[in-house]
Amino acid sequence: MEKHFEVVDDVTVRFAGDSGDGMQIVGTQFSNSAGAAGNDVNTFPDYPSEIRAPEGTLYGVSAYQVHFGSKTVNTIGDKIDVLFAMNAASLKVNLKNLNEGSIIVANSAGFNDKDLKLAEYDSNPLEDGSLAEYELYSIDIPSIMKDELQDLNMTLKHIDRTKNFFALGLAYWLFDRPMEFTISWLKKKFGKNPISLESNIRALHRGYRYGLEGEQFKRYFKVPKADLAPGIYRNITGNEATALGLVAASKNCGLPLYLGSYPITPATEILHYLSGYRQYNVRVLQAEDEIAGITSAIGASYAGNLAATSTSGPGFALKVEAMGLAVMMELPLVIIDVQRAGPSTGMPTKPEQGDLLMAIYGRHGESPIPVFAAKSPADCFDITYEAAQIAIKYMTPVIVLTDGYLAQGTEPWKVPQLKDLPLFKPQFANSIPEFAENPESYKPYIRNPETLARYWAIPGMPGFENQIGGLEKQDGTGVVSQDPMNHQKIVELRAQKVENIAKDLPLLEIEGEQEGDLLIIGWGSTYGAIKVAFNRLRNLGHKLSFVHLRYLNPFPANLEEIISKFDRVFVPEMNLGQLQFLLQGKFLKPVIGYHKIQGKPMSAIEVENALLKLLNNEEL
Amino acid sequence: MTTLQKDLGVMPRSIPVSELTPKDFKTPIDVRWCSGCGSYSILSHIQRLFPTLGIPKENYVFVSGIGCSSRFPYYMDVYGFHSLHGRALPVASGMKIANPELSVWVATGDGDGMAIGGKGLIHAIRRNMDIKVLMFNNEIYSLTKGQASPTSPTGLKTKSTPFGVIERPFNPVQLALGSGATFVARTMDRDPKHLAYILQRAAHHKGIAFVEVYTNCAVYTDGIFQTFTDKQTKDESTIFIEDNKPMIYGKNKDKAITLNGLSPQSIDISNDGENLLKYNEKDPMLAYSIGGMSFDEDLPRPFGVFLDIERSTYDEGLHSQINNIISEKGEGDVDTLLRGDDYWEIN
Repeated sequence: MEKHFEVVDDVTVRFAGDSGDGMQIVGTQFSNSAGAAGNDVNTFPDYPSEIRAPEGTLYGVSAYQVHFGSKTVNTIGDKIDVLFAMNAASLKVNLKNLNEGSIIVANSAGFNDKDLKLAEYDSNPLEDGSLAEYELYSIDIPSIMKDELQDLNMTLKHIDRTKNFFALGLAYWLFDRPMEFTISWLKKKFGKNPISLESNIRALHRGYRYGLEGEQFKRYFKVPKADLAPGIYRNITGNEATALGLVAASKNCGLPLYLGSYPITPATEILHYLSGYRQYNVRVLQAEDEIAGITSAIGASYAGNLAATSTSGPGFALKVEAMGLAVMMELPLVIIDVQRAGPSTGMPTKPEQGDLLMAIYGRHGESPIPVFAAKSPADCFDITYEAAQIAIKYMTPVIVLTDGYLAQGTEPWKVPQLKDLPLFKPQFANSIPEFAENPESYKPYIRNPETLARYWAIPGMPGFENQIGGLEKQDGTGVVSQDPMNHQKIVELRAQKVENIAKDLPLLEIEGEQEGDLLIIGWGSTYGAIKVAFNRLRNLGHKLSFVHLRYLNPFPANLEEIISKFDRVFVPEMNLGQLQFLLQGKFLKPVIGYHKIQGKPMSAIEVENALLKLLNNEEL
Repeated sequence: MTTLQKDLGVMPRSIPVSELTPKDFKTPIDVRWCSGCGSYSILSHIQRLFPTLGIPKENYVFVSGIGCSSRFPYYMDVYGFHSLHGRALPVASGMKIANPELSVWVATGDGDGMAIGGKGLIHAIRRNMDIKVLMFNNEIYSLTKGQASPTSPTGLKTKSTPFGVIERPFNPVQLALGSGATFVARTMDRDPKHLAYILQRAAHHKGIAFVEVYTNCAVYTDGIFQTFTDKQTKDESTIFIEDNKPMIYGKNKDKAITLNGLSPQSIDISNDGENLLKYNEKDPMLAYSIGGMSFDEDLPRPFGVFLDIERSTYDEGLHSQINNIISEKGEGDVDTLLRGDDYWEIN
């Protein structure tokens, strides 16, 4: 039959089902295919904290959202345009996020009496007319697949497991996508299991044909290619990008990589990835606790590795004392905090930006540490790489803040080549001619006059033996000292050293008006939401300005000057106003805050609504 | 020259190992332990031991936590790291993994090693990290001026236990054995010959070597080990176990330790010295039984090497995984890793 198509700029698709329904797999496949087809893509997996939540329940729903388009896509999409729901519970929990008139593709086999009861439905929403405002397609996927697979001698349970690939095939038809990407992936994945391979490939094709040949669907959609720079691309999560950033930095500074880490949601994948990189000479210790994770990394750094530790809020809190030691020892160390909703155990799988002040100030004593923050999943690579550069150059720990949204979310990443990334070299004590000629003249706290970094002597270097630790020490010699004026001096030196890093940081460039009324300042994962809201309002003719901070301590050198050019400063963040507090304290200027603290990423519409109020001179 | 240095192209100017003397391991700063502190004895023995081990001076690292014993690294002219309370073992583990060619030593105490650092200790032992651990046991927190420690005897009155310690102390030897140690020994500050012997044995052990050293605190627990060190009482109150030898003790060598079931007992051998149980350093169960005599007042306190067995070390295991995969597949190409499997090209 004749089908017509419509061209759309961007679409948000959500695959939802029970935890065991394979929604994460098909979501990832769909987003990779969208990327391969030349779209810009942003994704977010949304799954329960429980490993295997009871089947069919509301809290057992697992979903994967893909936002793709022909223009730059910065967020996971505020509302869903197309929902694939494998059972009643997955329809119920996602219904409130649907756009008006959204398409719902429901697997009717997942709406039997038991499913409805578990989803707390009194009547079947597929039949009672309650979904009238949506475009509903109800399909009994398992019974179609039973016919399709009858020659394969599969159990009903096994057949039911192919429904995710049926849904994916249908999605490929609905958005006019080639399936080669997924077919070659299936061949790799199920190469040793011919029945699974055959049944899933058939499910994929059957889903596609269902759209193409069936009566139900009258139209499909085309999303043109985005205007992306030429190059090699892949989809990447923030956690994988973070792990790769460390490996690339290790390679380009010539030091083996060491990670000391303890499993914690949502940071654990960094440990997983790096544990698999033995071929890249990556040394990983899964430590007995968070404290051993960081202290072993400090030991590895002392011995001359590029050392890192990865964690999330509760673990970050446990590492605090050791961070102070790294400050005192003036050793390079990359500390990654994948922020999650707190305090305490909080909401482990949910993102938040609640650790900013803790990262900057949360240690005893005057204990300055540079703090950087990634703005998108792919940016986790760049920011981690930069953190390693600064750590080595300035002989300091550096904190990298990401969050659960960046960690688990994906976007297409234009893969860099190692040779295009800056090389950097540690300043070893024996590479300084004066010390190399006369190691006796080396003292562990003699500083490079420009950076104030001390020179690094590592065990194995003859003649540079020295004894240092967590006790305050005399400037230069490093000998234990309680001299009052020395303490004042060295506390100021450590602070100055971190301030000096601002010289290495790129200056901020203002997007939009270069001066005027309203400046938006963002940091971390809110970048996408702010950028979308900013673009929309600018396109409507509003005068607005935007800077996004990747460096929180020290701030970029021109931030104060930029702030002084605007009447009002607005900071949306996923906490109760931590950057707002910092900016007010530092620049003595009132800052308007927007605080979302729900364990969910910032959405563009929320920022847009807040900005509209401000533009109309209303209170937030 | 270590592998790491070769990578960095560093030219070493090492003192030839054969020319090293104890003096090379002394730092110019004054040692600031109290007079009468047992730590002095351990320090001078280590300074005498290090030149004899055939290890370049620059490859030694001494790591400590916090406490009186943890000042140790400042007095040794090798790479020294005075870390945080309880964290010596994880810091040392990171070093050993980062550069397996280092000879890594830890100075810790009963509080640092068994209270705040208990977890780090048992896991370093479990992993058989190739680290030598000297635990200076004085049965008290001295640096914080006299509180009960995990080895303080029940009933001991301290500033934090004015009515006496309520709980039972750890037996460090059994704790180490229970954690899967491959080398466990006990010695004391006031028996120089035995101390030197045990330190040397520990130095030559591959894997974790846990050495408990009874260390007198001249201020807070002065004389707490006197029974074991005093000439009058030592013979009857101690036993020095040796591999493959019967466990005989007493002033007249007329007593021996045998097992009654799994429990040690003291027997009189003045009439019959035949068929005595010989100690076996390779037997963890025997080590546990004999190590357990520490709390029995009717039995002598055991000293010596309780266990010395071989097992692969963590650092060795990790680096052999790395080396095997690299020799099998070649060193990983980072550009390939960055690109991953599911990439696409946009022209």
